[in-house]
Order: sequence, then C-alpha cells, then structure tokens
Amino acid sequence: MLDLNAVYETVTSRSLTHEQKVMTLAKHAENALDVLPIPARTQHYFETGAINDLFEGHAPYRPRYILPDYPRFLQNGSEFLHLDPPKTLDELLFSLMILYRHVPSITNFPVYLGSIDKLLDPFLEGYSDEEIKEKLRLFLTYLDRTITDSFCHANIGPEQTRAGQLLLEVEQDLQNTVPNLTIKYDPNVTPDSFMEQAILCSLRCSNPAICNDVANRRPFGEAYGVASCYNILPTRGGAYTLTRVTLTELAKEAESETHFMDTLLPECLQCIADYMNARIQFIVEKSGFFESNFLVKEGLIDKDRFLPMFGVTGLAECVNTLLAGTGKRYGNDPDADALGLRIMDRIQELVEGYEALYSPLTNGHFLLHAQVGLDSDKGITSGVRIPVGEEPESFADHLRHSAKFHRYFPAGVGDIFPIASNVHQNPAALLDVVKGAFDLGMQYMSFYSADTDLVRITGYLVKRSEMEKYRKKEAVLQQTTQLGAPNYDVNHLADRKVRMA
Amino acid sequence: MTQAPVNRIIPFSTVDGPGCRTAVFLQACNLSCGYCHNPETQNLCLHCGKCVDACPAGALSKQDGRVIWDAAKCEKCDTCLQVCPHRASPRVQWMTPEAVLRQVAAPFVRGITVSGGECMLWPPFLQELFTLAKRSGLTCLIDSNGTFSFAEYPELMQVCDGVMLDVKAWSPQVFRTLTGGENDTVRQNVSFLAETGKLAEIRVVCGQTDADDVLAGTAALLGERVGRTRLVLIAFRPAGVRGPFADMEPPSAQEMERLRAFARTVGFSRIVVK
Repeated sequence: MLDLNAVYETVTSRSLTHEQKVMTLAKHAENALDVLPIPARTQHYFETGAINDLFEGHAPYRPRYILPDYPRFLQNGSEFLHLDPPKTLDELLFSLMILYRHVPSITNFPVYLGSIDKLLDPFLEGYSDEEIKEKLRLFLTYLDRTITDSFCHANIGPEQTRAGQLLLEVEQDLQNTVPNLTIKYDPNVTPDSFMEQAILCSLRCSNPAICNDVANRRPFGEAYGVASCYNILPTRGGAYTLTRVTLTELAKEAESETHFMDTLLPECLQCIADYMNARIQFIVEKSGFFESNFLVKEGLIDKDRFLPMFGVTGLAECVNTLLAGTGKRYGNDPDADALGLRIMDRIQELVEGYEALYSPLTNGHFLLHAQVGLDSDKGITSGVRIPVGEEPESFADHLRHSAKFHRYFPAGVGDIFPIASNVHQNPAALLDVVKGAFDLGMQYMSFYSADTDLVRITGYLVKRSEMEKYRKKEAVLQQTTQLGAPNYDVNHLADRKVRMA
Repeated sequence: MTQAPVNRIIPFSTVDGPGCRTAVFLQACNLSCGYCHNPETQNLCLHCGKCVDACPAGALSKQDGRVIWDAAKCEKCDTCLQVCPHRASPRVQWMTPEAVLRQVAAPFVRGITVSGGECMLWPPFLQELFTLAKRSGLTCLIDSNGTFSFAEYPELMQVCDGVMLDVKAWSPQVFRTLTGGENDTVRQNVSFLAETGKLAEIRVVCGQTDADDVLAGTAALLGERVGRTRLVLIAFRPAGVRGPFADMEPPSAQEMERLRAFARTVGFSRIVVK
C-alpha cells in the first residue's frame, strides 16, 4: 500500500533537498510493493526489532553495494557510456566522474570509488605535484558536492605511490566528508613514512581509516575493497544485501542464556537467512538488474562475485542483559567478555550452516559483518563495540578487547578512537599502536583528533558545523548529516573516551 | 628484591622519545630546579601526615607511622600534592622491575622511557628493568638531568638504548642558582654519551637560563656529531611550578625561533621546538 501521508510529507518537507525528496519518493513507491515473503516468526522479530533490514526497501532492484572493476573500465573504456579508454590525467578523472554517476547502490550513490591511488598513478608522468594537486582538488570537490552521502569509500595503499601521497596532501586541506578514505596497511609493504603521513592526515581530517590488509586479504585475496561503512567485499562484485540481527533486542526475549543460545538465536538467525535469500532471489531472478545493467554487460561486475552480508549488532547490550543483576558488564569484565565470545561462536556456527543463494564466491555462505548502526538506534551499540562511556580506562585493554572480537567478521568490522590533539607531533606513536593492534588481530580502526570538525559517527563522517545547521532545521547537503546528528546526540558520542592524552 | 619508588606510569606516552612508549616516572631528585613543573616528584614521603587530614576523598590514612594511600578511593584531585610541605607525594608506590613491566602497554609501544624525579638515583633498578624489557623486544631510554656520570655504569649502559639528556644551564653559577647542584658532570656526560652512541637527544628548557651558552657549549663538545644530534628546545612554562618561577613569563614564540636559528648556526640540524 502506498503510504500517501508519507508521500505528502516528503513532497512538502523543508529539510530535504530536491534530490533527497526524489529518492525518498522512489523508496515510498518501492515500499508499496509486497513481493517478499515474510513468515509470521520473521514478522515477529521485525516487530521486536531483533531483525532489521536497514531500510533496504520491499522490492530490491539493485544489489546493496557494488564494487566495479575500475581497472578494467580504464583498460576498455565503456561502450554504453561512449567512452574510450582514458589516455591523459584529465580524461581519466572525467571518465571516473562519469562512471561514478552510473554506479548504483542501496543509497543510489556509489559506495566504492576504487583503489584510487592505483587508478591515478600511471597517469601522473609529466605533471608537477602542484598541477596534480590542483586537478585532484577539483576532482575531490566534485565528488564531495555531488555524492551527497557519506557512505562512499575510496581506498589507497598498501603500496606507497606518488598518487597516494598527493591525495593525502589534498585531502587534509579540503576537509571533506566524501569520500571516506581507507588505507590498506601491510607492514611488509607499506613504508612507515607513508603510514605516518596517513596518520597525520587522519588526525587533521579524520581520513583515512586504517585497514589491516594482511587480515582482510583472507576472504578474497587482493581483489577486495573497503566500501561504505567498513564493508570488506570482493571487487568486480559486492554485496546483494545486508540484514542484521540486533542482539540488543533479541536478548530481551531471553529467559536464560540457554534459551537465548539454543532457541532464540537459531530461530531468529534462520529467519534472517531466509529473508536475505528471498531478497537475493528477487534481485537475481526478478529485478532484471543482472540482465540489463551495463556494468554487468561490460564485465565491470559479475553476479558470481556477489554475496550476502549477515549483520550483527548490539552484542554489548545483549551480554549485559543476559548478565543482568550480576554487575558484570561487556568490555569491563572477563566473564562478560567470555559470554560475548560464546555468543559470537554460536552465531558463527549457525550462520555457517545456512546456504546463501547465488553466492558461489563464498561457497554458498553468508559472511558476518559487524553492522555499525542506524540513526534510529537508541541504546544499541554498534557491532561488537564497547558502549560509549563504558570504555575501559586502559587503552591497551580496549584494543585487546577489540582484537578478540574482530576476527569473527570477514565482511568488515571496525573501531573508532578519538585521539588527543597533541599526538600530531608524533604520528609514529599512533603507528606503533596500530602495529600492535594489527599484530593482535584487530582488522580495522579509525581515528579522529579530539578537536576536529569532522567527527566519525558510526563509521561515516559528519561535520559538527553541519550538525549545528541540521539541529536548527536548515536543509543540509549531505544526507548523512541527517543520520549523524541524532545519533551523535542520542548515543552521547561526544563522550567517547579520548585516547593517548 | 630491587624496588624503586614510582610516582606514576603513563602507558601510552607520545612525548617521551621516539614512537609510542610507556613512560615511568621515579620519585625523588637530587636537584630542585626553580622551574620544575612537577615539584611533587622531588622528594620521598616523610610520613608527616599533613596530607591525611586534607584529603577530601578520605583516600589517605596513617597506620604504624606511615601514610597509606587507597587508590580505589582517590579522586586524583591533587590536594595532597598541594599541601605537602616536602615536595613529595603520598601516592608513590614502591615497585619491582617485574611489576613495572606488567604495566607496559605491549605490544602497542616500542619501548619504555624512565624519567623522574631523577631516575639515576636508582641505577640497580634501571638495570634490572631494562634487562627484562629488552628480553621483550622493547627499547629502553633514560631521561636524566645528567648529574650522575653514565661512564660509571657500564652494565646499565649495555642495556640502555639512549639517554635523553637535560642540559639545564652552561655557566656553573647559573646552574647552581637554578638547580642547587653542579654541572661539571653534565658536560662530561654530553661527550661520553655522544662518543658511545647513547645520546638520544639534548633537551634544553629555554627562558630564565643561559640557553645561548648551552647551545654553543654543547655544540663545541659534540664536535662533528652536532649535526646528527637531536636537539629539543622546550619553552619554560609556569604551569605546575612553585616559588618565584611560578610568576615568570614563558619565552615568546619569537624568542624560541631565535634560539632555533641560533642552534642552527652552531651546527645543530635536527631541532624540535616545543
């Protein structure tokens, strides 16, 4: 049923931009369809909030996240877009800008822009650093102002390149929220000096985040990208869908740990697996995406390289609910953390037992992803993180805790740390921390300086100054400001423990 | 068992040498510098008990003539430090090298730096701590006022990767007035540490001293090594300082830049201004 009230509200909104209205209207139309089977128990868990499909819509007509094979595009050009392979830096940048405009995703914007340093580097010869930086400044500004959604990600590294270094230089001057940047870090490949530059950059503009390349190569080898909000996915492919179990809500139904482990988890996770399979089936068999989209026809994506992500969030509250009355809290007590690990073991075991449709790359398996959250989440802590305000006094304890829980999530997991603003005088110190954390198995971490305008919400970046505007009910360019401002306030993100002070 | 009085341990320090380090501050100092910004580290507690009544959190008590500190009750308001007439702290803990090592934030740090007070008041402790730390692959630095001759501790120097050496003043008269001590050993240490490859950095607190003479004199002692020696110029700041220096002005940014330029003219090239 078309929700006419919602349509009217959208049409007459003062806080949505024109583009945001169009996309919201499209969502209302999609949601008027009723094509996915939702059995009674699934419906029950949707109502309790234990299952959340992250507003993917009721009739999926494109995969959630798409990671095109950009090198192939540069090699072949595009028949559909009437583009020859670029021969100069200008042609390269314009070709990419054109292609990005045509890469769909659940947000309707591209969530992955490629290993951008590797795309650029072969085209730099003959230009001075200043000439290149001016071109990059225009290119990046174009992206920031037209991709008006922070769930967009570019990658650099692990190799040090001239393009990567210049990108970092421009990035810290621009202070943009889009794209998010991740540097893939492999201590055997990435020089310390390049990493120190990257860390300095991230203390100035909250980008790049740092990805443990060694750990994240495990699922798909080198052919992976970091997309959207810390999603590790195969390039030339992506993710069909992501539905999460909100453990915070599921635990509220539990009569005991046994009831939770042996009754609730198996039933709820099975419902999620079935629901995601129904979505995949609709995308693949009904939507026509894989028959008609030029990205498929031109070999920039391949259906066989898509997979479903099984989202997990709210482990902290789940553990605390199951241990209610004992005073033991997740992140601060060995028994609580041991229960957290038992729950994750159980989830891993169950999810491995489900068959994912049309997912040959993972041999028919769902991949676990630590989902970072929604603007509507109240009192639900992202993924397997420790709640804001309850972080252990010791940074070392916090990092060790993260390392223990990251290993469950091949499709992405991450932690965010505000860092004391004086650490910029010694970026090697923060690099030492990263090295230690990655040695212990931590898979992904991001930093921001405690005094910066650019704040990480759950994964994406929002400007404090833009949130101020939003709170005054002014229209703001970035859709993610609308998600971030309430989240920042409701979840007390200003209280995150500042490290290395 | 060797023990030393530990004022505090900072697991993740970014200002006590290269990279991330666990910084260990030992209590007591043989000098009492006018510009000392943590004077509560200068002496050992005499258990006079003046702080016990002053503690608003009830974290201090006196048992068998000794002041006992209850870490769980302490709110870190520092009242005890302010009322202490002896420039000491009731929160100092006597610790073994093993106990200190357990608080090192491995694997997130590349090493430890022991500072003070003056950590060279406790050389056997340093030697044991460093021997253990090196077994764990950590680098070990000493932060010292330089008034103890490092040449007299060859075994300690074997397990010490470098010394961050304060050169507080050049003229004996200025040094004496500032610190109450003598500086001939500091000069010997500059040469000894440079020759043995153990001089991690020279630190000079600028303002209220003869910093120009320190730079020229140190450069002369370093000879051809001066260009390779890291020099840290630290602006005097009155925060935390007690006594006449508390009212003195910090040097201006221009003055610090003038000193940086002067340091360059006498041969330094690795210069950091803080």
